[in-house]
Amino acid sequence: MSMRTPLGKVRGLGSARSGTEHFWHQRLTAVANVPLILFLVFFCVAHVGSSQADMTAAIANPLVALMLVFTIISITWHMRLGMQVIIEDYVHSEGTKLAALLANTFFCAAVALIGLFAVLKISFGG
Amino acid sequence: MAGTPMKERPLSPHLQVYRPMLTMMMSIVHRITGAGLYFGMALFVWWLFAASHSSAYFDFVQGFIGSWFGRLVLLGFTWALVHHALGGLRHLLWDTGRGFDLKLIEVLAKGNLIGSLALTLLIWIVAYMVR
Repeated sequence: MSMRTPLGKVRGLGSARSGTEHFWHQRLTAVANVPLILFLVFFCVAHVGSSQADMTAAIANPLVALMLVFTIISITWHMRLGMQVIIEDYVHSEGTKLAALLANTFFCAAVALIGLFAVLKISFGG
Repeated sequence: MAGTPMKERPLSPHLQVYRPMLTMMMSIVHRITGAGLYFGMALFVWWLFAASHSSAYFDFVQGFIGSWFGRLVLLGFTWALVHHALGGLRHLLWDTGRGFDLKLIEVLAKGNLIGSLALTLLIWIVAYMVR
């Protein structure tokens, strides 16, 4: 039996040291992604097969660049949260799980930073 | 617990003992499309990076993405994205405590599947018309 009071248990957000952030950020990015993915899909389908000049001209438009920035940030954050749940569900060995969670964060950060770098470089005139 | 010797515990029955149902398959497909999109985004930023790099490198990447195989991948990516988004909307509805009526769940699952195919087709037709 635990000797701790209910208030004591929730102070410091419990043994995991985190509260409902994971759930909330998943939903927050999910809501943001609904309009953003429509933009993403149209952008992709409209530019598949186009020349580099056409593609960079499109991204040079500040509105397109900003939409790409929003999309990349929201999607990669959502990706990291989602893959974390998949890993926690299926990988049970502690060492492999830790390695997979690290790889997940590195992968999502790399996707985000490469995407943002490319968009900003083109947008700023590179 | 790590390192604690333990006898083999009986396991509860897993997926294979259940008759496949539409709602269950939709749940599995939601996760699979999510994982697929995760790797698909790497292709997307590779494409963006190529555009920022040089004309020659972009032509190389576009040669892959613009090929029939690349377009097939993009078509699959579009469907996965739309399907995952519609599935996500169902989850947002459930988050409010609504939409748990069994008949409605079945309707939503079918709507999700048909909607994802119809919207994918619509997006490609519209995008090809405006380009």
